[in-house]
Amino acid sequence: MSDELTNSRLGEMAYDPAPESAAIARLKPSYGLFIDGEFTDPSSHAAFVTLNPANEEPLASVAQASSADVDQAVAAARRAYDTVWSKTTGAERSKYLFRIARLIQERSRELAVVETLDNGKPIRESRDIDIPLAAAHFFYYAGWADKLDYAGYGPDPKPLGVAGQIIPWNFPLLMAAWKLAPALAAGNTCVLKPAETTPLSALVLAEILQQAELPPGVVNIVTGDGTTGAALVDHPGVDKIAFTGSTEVGRRIQQRVATSHKHLTLELGGKGANIVFEDAPIDEMIEGIIDGIFFNQGHVCCAGSRLLVQESVADDVLRRLIRRVDQLRVGDPLDKNTDVGAINSAAQLARIKELTAYGEEEGATRYTSTCALPDKGYWFAPTVFADVAQSHRIAREEIFGPVLSVLTFRTPEEAVAKANNTNYGLACGVWSEKGSRTLWVAERLRAGVIWANTYNRFDPTSPFGGVRESGFGREGGRHGLEAYLNV
Amino acid sequence: MSTSPLRLVTSDAREVQLPSGSTLPAVESESQLRGLLAGLSGVDAVGAEARAAKLATRSLKKTTKLAALDLAISMVDLTTLEGADTPGRVTSLCTKALHPDPSDASVPSVAAVCVYPDLVAHARHVLGTSSVKVAAVATSFPSGRASLNVKLLDVREAVTAGADEIDMVIDRGAFLSGRLGQVFDEVVAVKEACDGAPLKVILETGELVTYDNVRRASWIAMLAGADFIKTSTGKVSVSSTLPAALVMLEAVRDFAEATGALVGVKVAGGIRSSKDALRYLVVVNETTGSAWLTPDRFRFGASSLLNDLLMQRLKQRSGAYVRADEFSGD
Repeated sequence: MSDELTNSRLGEMAYDPAPESAAIARLKPSYGLFIDGEFTDPSSHAAFVTLNPANEEPLASVAQASSADVDQAVAAARRAYDTVWSKTTGAERSKYLFRIARLIQERSRELAVVETLDNGKPIRESRDIDIPLAAAHFFYYAGWADKLDYAGYGPDPKPLGVAGQIIPWNFPLLMAAWKLAPALAAGNTCVLKPAETTPLSALVLAEILQQAELPPGVVNIVTGDGTTGAALVDHPGVDKIAFTGSTEVGRRIQQRVATSHKHLTLELGGKGANIVFEDAPIDEMIEGIIDGIFFNQGHVCCAGSRLLVQESVADDVLRRLIRRVDQLRVGDPLDKNTDVGAINSAAQLARIKELTAYGEEEGATRYTSTCALPDKGYWFAPTVFADVAQSHRIAREEIFGPVLSVLTFRTPEEAVAKANNTNYGLACGVWSEKGSRTLWVAERLRAGVIWANTYNRFDPTSPFGGVRESGFGREGGRHGLEAYLNV
Repeated sequence: MSTSPLRLVTSDAREVQLPSGSTLPAVESESQLRGLLAGLSGVDAVGAEARAAKLATRSLKKTTKLAALDLAISMVDLTTLEGADTPGRVTSLCTKALHPDPSDASVPSVAAVCVYPDLVAHARHVLGTSSVKVAAVATSFPSGRASLNVKLLDVREAVTAGADEIDMVIDRGAFLSGRLGQVFDEVVAVKEACDGAPLKVILETGELVTYDNVRRASWIAMLAGADFIKTSTGKVSVSSTLPAALVMLEAVRDFAEATGALVGVKVAGGIRSSKDALRYLVVVNETTGSAWLTPDRFRFGASSLLNDLLMQRLKQRSGAYVRADEFSGD
């Protein structure tokens, strides 16, 4: 017992830099398009440069696919579908998927570094979450390929044909796995379009597909900007469009395919509510809130970006939360001790800054971590807004960054009403030690995913997807097969 | 206990704010104690284990690692608790405690040697007036299955023989059958019998099983005046685990915030590698912070751990591993 001691500094034992080596990525100076099993130059020879968002240095030059290239890719996919893949048995398809899963594991360290370099996410997350989960998705759907008769869609369900898949920049390889694994298991061929700012891990995956000796054309990867994606969406040879990304782009895609024969699934934005009752397990709940919003710099469609906390414990929760926010280690994404990495692009950083400025203007109380930020690169310090009202823009619009809005409630009814007062409906969290209340609340929440006493937990066996402006269709689990079967 | 004023500050937010001066709440009845414990937040086991696992991925390099290894050495309670213990064995342990690596004077002494009460006098004699403390496990260690009188006599004899610190066990049977007042009273009585010697209260987390129990037992011990709370005896199959230590450190932090009293934590049993020890230090660093990164408030109860710390220390300095026989085998 010590009277003179009035404080204890957290994290005073500073950690020396523990960087993973960037050389592990074995990046090439330039990458072509992956069409019909080969890397090819785009017809126009156009290319763009992908940057490391942590220091704004160029990583590699990547081909810009034109509509002519997309045409080639779709044609290759159609050929492969007609001549090979539709005649391949489920057990054979399963073997390829198992092989891909194992190769992802074998090259996991390289993939983790590539992902961290291109995306800006901490190596701890790419190493422990993105890459293992990507492999897990291939393993999981490998198991389904020869069991489609038992998936609940009647005997011998048929694939759709050629799937056009457009994925976002927040979990580049993982989203590729979410899209490709069920599509291939169900017997479709694919044309995958990675995000403009994060194409590299998909191109390493293309090498893996070659290693796995997947028949040419079964998976084609076309890199490029929005025009490439639009060409894919509009292509008449595509039977199915699967898109993960912003609600705004998803809306445009839905309009464009509305008059076509194409099947569509959309996984869009969110404004997830993390609901904290006064009897929540406090230490784990604080970690859950932190994980919910600062995981992957908040670049998570299902992020718990709204914290709804019961008024009776709001002060204590906020005090502990802010103490924890200040402990987050922000910096070099390749450092194994980094908790929060770089914002993925200048455009996204500008968007985050714009919306947080509104937060202050509208009268919310801002708390921003005192962490030092690197001079170069795109960075945003973890931020919490207290005293947020339902009508504030930061409570309504998806910020897609490390910014949490804190609101309070008094009763379970009010919590549900506030949580549902959004156009989105992707994910919510409920924190309470009382199971009956958790179930009562969960039944009334309008969201595709409800987590109880945890947040941002993903597993290939569990379906994921939204309602309302968060999209439709499910990825993962048995339900994920439906998006790629003609049922 | 839970509400303190919200401070939206920037400069010192990383600090755990501790009120100055100690205001230990008085426990006057079992029902009051029960109510107090019922007010504690529950522990979500999945979440606690996930948090501990995440902290275990911290990577300590270079100067941080060297400093942490030295700190860990200085926190060791070098322990021998065998039926076969002899004065000769204790002598060699004490010699090792004073100079863990006789070839390198920059290696710190350990914090204490930990022995059974009947060997306290001998340890005291060997250690003399050095900084290394003599800790005795008392109260019918490890089971604690004896009458209170026997336990208190055990403690008094150890103190009289020269023990600087007492490691007691709580009555897990009483705790698990809900006689929380009895657990509390015993700690109070033992604390009194210690006659000023710091008291470490062993919760035996492996027998309490749930983290909710660990948190409640931590609070009972702290409210009853424990100077340290300690995970384990090392004599049951589940000894110290990182998540259990995390829950105890959270209890210690919250207790300090509520009362101003800074209680130490000792982890014991099964900690054999430097890697394990550094993981505990990371959990301390990120849960309670700097005030606990000292032998006064954090200890490792261990024996073989010390040689691994010495070996890693030498490896860190010279770049090469030496053979195990380079260090004495006590």
